[in-house]
Amino acid sequence: MSLVRRCAPFILCLLTACAQNPLRGTGDLGLVIERADGRVALVDQTRREILSRVEGLGDLSHASTVFSPDGRYAYVFGRDGGLSKVDLLAGRLARRVIQAGNSIGGAISQDGRLVVAQNYEPGGIKAFDADTLELLADVPAVYGSEGKRSKVVGLADLSGNRFGYALFEAGEIRITDFSDPRNPRTERYAAGRQPYDGLVTPDGRYYIAGLFGEDGLALLDTWRPEQGVRRILDGYGKGEAPLPVFKMPHLRGWAIAGGYAYLPAIGRHEVLVVDTRDWREVGRIPLKGQPVFVMARPDGRQIWVNFAFPDNGYVQVIDTLERRVVDTLQPGKAVLHMEFMPRGGAVWVSARDDNRVVIYDTATRKILKTLPLQSPSGIFFTARAARTGF
Amino acid sequence: MSTILLSAFGALCLTVPVFAWAVGGEEELIRLVRQDCGSCHGMTLKGGLGSPLTPTALRDKPVDSLAATILHGRPGTAMPAWKSILSESDALWIARKLVEGFPEER
Repeated sequence: MSLVRRCAPFILCLLTACAQNPLRGTGDLGLVIERADGRVALVDQTRREILSRVEGLGDLSHASTVFSPDGRYAYVFGRDGGLSKVDLLAGRLARRVIQAGNSIGGAISQDGRLVVAQNYEPGGIKAFDADTLELLADVPAVYGSEGKRSKVVGLADLSGNRFGYALFEAGEIRITDFSDPRNPRTERYAAGRQPYDGLVTPDGRYYIAGLFGEDGLALLDTWRPEQGVRRILDGYGKGEAPLPVFKMPHLRGWAIAGGYAYLPAIGRHEVLVVDTRDWREVGRIPLKGQPVFVMARPDGRQIWVNFAFPDNGYVQVIDTLERRVVDTLQPGKAVLHMEFMPRGGAVWVSARDDNRVVIYDTATRKILKTLPLQSPSGIFFTARAARTGF
Repeated sequence: MSTILLSAFGALCLTVPVFAWAVGGEEELIRLVRQDCGSCHGMTLKGGLGSPLTPTALRDKPVDSLAATILHGRPGTAMPAWKSILSESDALWIARKLVEGFPEER
């Protein structure tokens, strides 16, 4: 008997094992939150497939995700204060801690060593070792003379392992420096009434907080923070009664394209356009409803917008050269989120109440594929690992 | 006037189990509260940017004043008026269910 024939079963076994666990990168992987089931679906962006599911992530009714710099691990922040570390290659939960009573998101440091959670209850931020999820620092959002704690919104990573965030009740922007993680230093800046979220520009320089309590946004130049907060788009809704806001818009650095920022107006069916050189308003684009996510396609040529209830069955596409809506789509009921492939050719859109994610070609707006997912909300692709403010 | 009307409705609702829905059936109202109110109050209604809406948190809150908050919002806070979406009977049904412990989605 030849050697090959004697070894055949062994070789076959090896080949089978290889077929089950081929080497791969994570660059085209992503997670979709299945919010009602405390579960995430691991997806392949290129093959447009669901690879597997990871269970046991708790209350994901408002969940967000950041990625380790190598794109292997996702850190999922749940509403119930759960911080879960998901291994994308193994398709399983690697670690999990309950770090607060009520939480909505987090960020990862420039060097990837710190994961920071932003909490409503108890109000403040907490820094964790990205490997072990060991608590390194607790920074309560205390304000006023009575020691009250504010809810924290809009946490974003800045250069030098610093983090910018806003305090809803306190009306402040704060910057905490974790360059010595166990001895954080925090600076405070007055921002305006009721900041609801924040963003950092893609270069990491400007931190902008959206304000719910007034018509305008608060901008802090983090290179020159001593100059304090500057108001932009001040009084954009002057003399007009705001519409009821059924859902707060979300702000991230994705809304900046070609030197302009596209920002949701609170209580108005408009996106406001600001020149990022001088932060002056240069235009307004009327929309079908109240914008929630205003996201630039990675090349900046289009802005895709979804809406608050009751217009949340629609998505509108703005052409940034013409500065007007060029398409109105209906991906399904309750569109919660969108995520572009890193080079912008396709976008994934979650339609919660139709239990599906719809994948569009961004150029033709033709549907490429529809994936069945249970109450899908956030969609997060690993390209976020390489971007400031994500 | 609307407060008086609401109170009258409240009394009525406690005894009469059948209502007309502005947004659809009971299932749709449950979904709206869990999912859309859940944006601020949490899907489990334990609170978020908005306050908790659990029976414990709402203890001592009269049903008609809760319904009025749902319909007219709470000025100065992020709580919007839902009167363009919900009828008075919808709001009262939601308020009553919140106080009892809100049903889960099926």
